[in-house]
Amino acid sequence: MPPVEDESIIEVRDLWMRYGSNDVLKGVDFTVTRGEVVILLGPNGAGKTTTIEILEGFRLPSAGTIAVLGVDPTKGDEDWRARTGVVLQSWRDHARWTPRKLLTHLGRYYLPYSTPERTRPYDVAELIAMVGLSEQADQKVRTLSGGQRRRLDVAIGIVGRPELLFLDEPTAGFDPHARREFHELIHRLTDLEDTTIMLTTHDLDEAEKLADRILILAGGRIVADGNADQLARQVSAEGEVRWCLGGQHFVQSTPEPTKFVWELFAQHGYEITDLQVRRASLEDTYLTMVQQHESGRADQAATAFGSTDAKIDTAGAR
Amino acid sequence: MNRTGHRTLHAVRVGLARGWTEFTQSIRSPQDQGFYLFMAFAVVGYLFLRRNSEVEGTSLLVPSVSMPSILGGLVAFGVIIGPAYALAMEREDGTLLRAKAVPRGIVGYVTGQVLFHSLGLFPSLVTILIPSFLLFDNLVHRGLAGWLTVAWVLALGLLATMPIGIVIGSLVPNVQKVGTWGMLPVLVLTGISGIFYPIQSLWTWVQVVAQLFPIYWLGLGMRSAFLPESAAALEIGDSWRTLATIGVLTAWAIAGLLVTPVVLRRMARRQSGSHVEAARQEAVQWVR
Repeated sequence: MPPVEDESIIEVRDLWMRYGSNDVLKGVDFTVTRGEVVILLGPNGAGKTTTIEILEGFRLPSAGTIAVLGVDPTKGDEDWRARTGVVLQSWRDHARWTPRKLLTHLGRYYLPYSTPERTRPYDVAELIAMVGLSEQADQKVRTLSGGQRRRLDVAIGIVGRPELLFLDEPTAGFDPHARREFHELIHRLTDLEDTTIMLTTHDLDEAEKLADRILILAGGRIVADGNADQLARQVSAEGEVRWCLGGQHFVQSTPEPTKFVWELFAQHGYEITDLQVRRASLEDTYLTMVQQHESGRADQAATAFGSTDAKIDTAGAR
Repeated sequence: MNRTGHRTLHAVRVGLARGWTEFTQSIRSPQDQGFYLFMAFAVVGYLFLRRNSEVEGTSLLVPSVSMPSILGGLVAFGVIIGPAYALAMEREDGTLLRAKAVPRGIVGYVTGQVLFHSLGLFPSLVTILIPSFLLFDNLVHRGLAGWLTVAWVLALGLLATMPIGIVIGSLVPNVQKVGTWGMLPVLVLTGISGIFYPIQSLWTWVQVVAQLFPIYWLGLGMRSAFLPESAAALEIGDSWRTLATIGVLTAWAIAGLLVTPVVLRRMARRQSGSHVEAARQEAVQWVR
């Protein structure tokens, strides 16, 4: 791979966060490289939001070395800020504004940070169309539905054409249609705008669809790091084979599904119908990992799938 | 100017546009129009009921003396309570966090607030002054010089009092507490600052306390702008004490300019998504 692909946008080393006497993050390590979509998964209270807020520069970590776009977020100045985008959950702010006015206003802040390679801000009409708010562009924000409001949040997050975008549970409360459109938007941002994206979600299906890489945060550590396929292979080498023979359905778990299917055909030939071979889904993987953590085997899980030994490196350069 | 200076200046300009937009949205909103009309109705109504009473020891009628005092009081009240509520509210609802997420957005936000609340005085002044001029005689005794005095007292009064509102709004733990830490002290202070009755009718130590704060001086400055020279006899020391007015208001303005940025930086630093989320959860419980 060309070296530019490897440029690290986020580097987190030994990040700790303590609230009172409670350690929420206990030595988190990970790297995000340019153009990646990285999804942070984890049970409630695992520290996903805390992690994102530390990276955004909105929260001070207790300890650790962090570089976001080459800068420690605790010391990130406004010029650094201009290169990042944050999608916030709106509530009742700017109720009297219209999406068009608000995006124009917030976009203007980015004008002095425009460069020939990255013109800032986005053209507002284009942005509004991109998030599907053209019909509501001149309505008051308070009249927008929940889903429309979230799309406005996304538009605000990207109005400055960020190099790095943070999203904390962006699709909570989306209907399936809005969710699909949001996914297309994310693909568009990474493909056309060379935006690196870090997001949290509870939706495993979404994680599978969007992520180049998934990080699972449990027990204050990253217990898994890889794409959905790789994670599934880590947690379970077994595949599941389902087939139908003579009107009867069968299910068999096997460590070698290919061999098993070959033997199945060798034995029954064309009589086999409805054949399905599946690996453990991301959901299975995730639940297994979180369960391992919650049953007090967090350390074991962390060692088995930890970011140091078992780390799957997509670039293969480390 | 260096690059940082240019970028900050740009944010100030964006903030001015923001303040103007907020102001135009406010005067078009039935809710805010209702507020302005209610205030005007209350003030003019009070003056109207007392239109025939004479101020003791003079030939002046109550509206002549009270109208400028009340205007002074309203200015102070408006620019303290207005920003205090706005900031406390917008810290909770995420407006401020949005400002923090854009480059130099807090600079723009604060600029917008200052302009918005300054402009917000004009609907109050207009809705009170116009009916007052129609209903009462002998309100203005100073002509052009008087209006110039109104202008500088207003400007200096704004600088002296608005930082107080911004500081209260930045420090209160939540919107509900603006009543305790903002509304209540300001009302008490207004009560002892010679707005509704002469300050000399209070104990000496209360007079001293009142004169430490800007509200009294705003009222005094406004009276000096509207009333005839002879009315100075009603004041402490039989004088308008113009130099003292300038001195006290300027001192507050300077203190405000020094303290406010520090407080604002501290407040901005503490803004985060979870903070807003916590406030949202709290608010949901209030509704239930």
